[in-house]
Amino acid sequence: MQKPSENSAMPEHVIIASDLAAGYADNEIWRDANFAIGHGEFVGVLGPNGAGKTTLFRMLLGLAKPKRGSLSILGKPPSRGNPCIGYVPQRHQVDSETGVEAVELVRFGLIGNRWGVGWPGEGRAEATAALHAVGADDLAHRPLGALSGGELQRIFLAEALAGKPDLLLLDEPLANLDMRRETEALQLISGVVRSRGITALLTAHNINPLLPVLDRVIYIANGHVTIGKPSEILTSDSLTRLYGIPIEVVRDSRGRIAIIGTEDPEHHHEHH
Amino acid sequence: MNTTSLSWNPATDLAAMWHYAFMRHGFEAGTIIAIVAGAIGYFVVLRQSAFAAHALSHAGFAGAAGAVLLGLPAMAGLLAFTIGGGIIMAILGPRAANRDVHIGTVLAFMLGLGLLFLSLYHGYATEAYSILFGDILGVSYSGVVMTLVIALVLLALVVAIYRPLLLSCLDEEIAEARGLPVFWLSIAFMVLVAVATSIAVQVVGVLLIFALMVTPAAIAQRIARRPAQGMAISILIALGATWFGLIMSFYCPWPPSFFITTVTFVIYICVRIGQAVR
Repeated sequence: MQKPSENSAMPEHVIIASDLAAGYADNEIWRDANFAIGHGEFVGVLGPNGAGKTTLFRMLLGLAKPKRGSLSILGKPPSRGNPCIGYVPQRHQVDSETGVEAVELVRFGLIGNRWGVGWPGEGRAEATAALHAVGADDLAHRPLGALSGGELQRIFLAEALAGKPDLLLLDEPLANLDMRRETEALQLISGVVRSRGITALLTAHNINPLLPVLDRVIYIANGHVTIGKPSEILTSDSLTRLYGIPIEVVRDSRGRIAIIGTEDPEHHHEHH
Repeated sequence: MNTTSLSWNPATDLAAMWHYAFMRHGFEAGTIIAIVAGAIGYFVVLRQSAFAAHALSHAGFAGAAGAVLLGLPAMAGLLAFTIGGGIIMAILGPRAANRDVHIGTVLAFMLGLGLLFLSLYHGYATEAYSILFGDILGVSYSGVVMTLVIALVLLALVVAIYRPLLLSCLDEEIAEARGLPVFWLSIAFMVLVAVATSIAVQVVGVLLIFALMVTPAAIAQRIARRPAQGMAISILIALGATWFGLIMSFYCPWPPSFFITTVTFVIYICVRIGQAVR
């Protein structure tokens, strides 16, 4: 486990968590999280449903307070509406009947935190550039309601990137995508993250597609949080220690892994 | 209602209509309400809260009937119940407010309550009729002034929160991540809808509120590429339908609400067919 930096005045790290605990009054979700994430790292946040992955994101976004311990983002405590963070939600609430074009969603994502009406075309250039960055030029003027799940995912990625964030949080970006779309989405995300040197945290259920691209893994289970290289964390020993029950990590001939013995039988099984 | 016949000369026809105070007031109130309903309706549709708006107007029916029973102005009861209902829906959250069964249950109860109040009230049945189906030709001068004042306040609020409200209607999670006070925005939104519904009841009544608050916006939502454009289309359809209803009712004994609902229905069908064919 990496020790948090002592020098938090200079944002050498993008995220520093010290003895961080998540939860509310009587209900602790996880505790004793200690990690520091550097610039440009691509980190997977893994763990069973309900382990508290989304809670970590909500704390980073300033929407949930740490129960204990400290959390800093670029040397500052978390704050609501932090312009350094881009966020891609898991669920898209877009009305399937809407004719509003994709570029407008990106545009309002950018200008929507200002009061008043603004002016026509405000933020349009930035929104168009963000769509270009995710290879969605051809989707810019398509109605949101006519886009597929994978296409919407790209629009939301563009929305998150439009504000030129230092930190990108992606909540289950690979959920509900078929295997081909999953690979495409992951290539797109890692391409953008790498080329811009953005730090990215991504939650996921199926870890196998992520293994080649992730620098490190934050694994949350059974109220504990651990961080390390995928090869260090995704082992029988490490996960047995984390879950507190016998866990076996098995690898097939193609290097894909399956985690056996967790309470959640669906978890981490190959869907394909 | 009158014996005037259509001359096919717009100037003559308008002059004939303008001769009557009830027509002038109808046009004034109808125009103000169409603008407000068209604009706010666009957010209602974008947020997928159409049924919630529908239910609010039914809560308004109970409020209006209760106010009439107590000898208060119907509008006071309308506002109290729609605003109260709107705030409760906002507190329960969008998930609860979009549940058909929850809303339908409350809606039926509110209609029942309104029915009770009306049966206890031994006055004119026309009160009930105008709350249920609208009575745009019965709006008084003071009613027009009150409608104008309320409308200006509503539009000022829409202008003030336009960008955040639009983002939260497009995707509330993103709005929240961007640091917007989504809870307070949803309260403000439901109050906007509640008050807009209350004044729109004068035109189409609680039962036909969809025709003015939802259908024009739903049409706009389908064809507009940008929100501002959508709002403009929504307002134009609501205005066109209201004016058409008023003009037709001047020459024909049928109620204006019927023509208003018919116009929005026909445009809706045409747009849907047009989009399906394309």
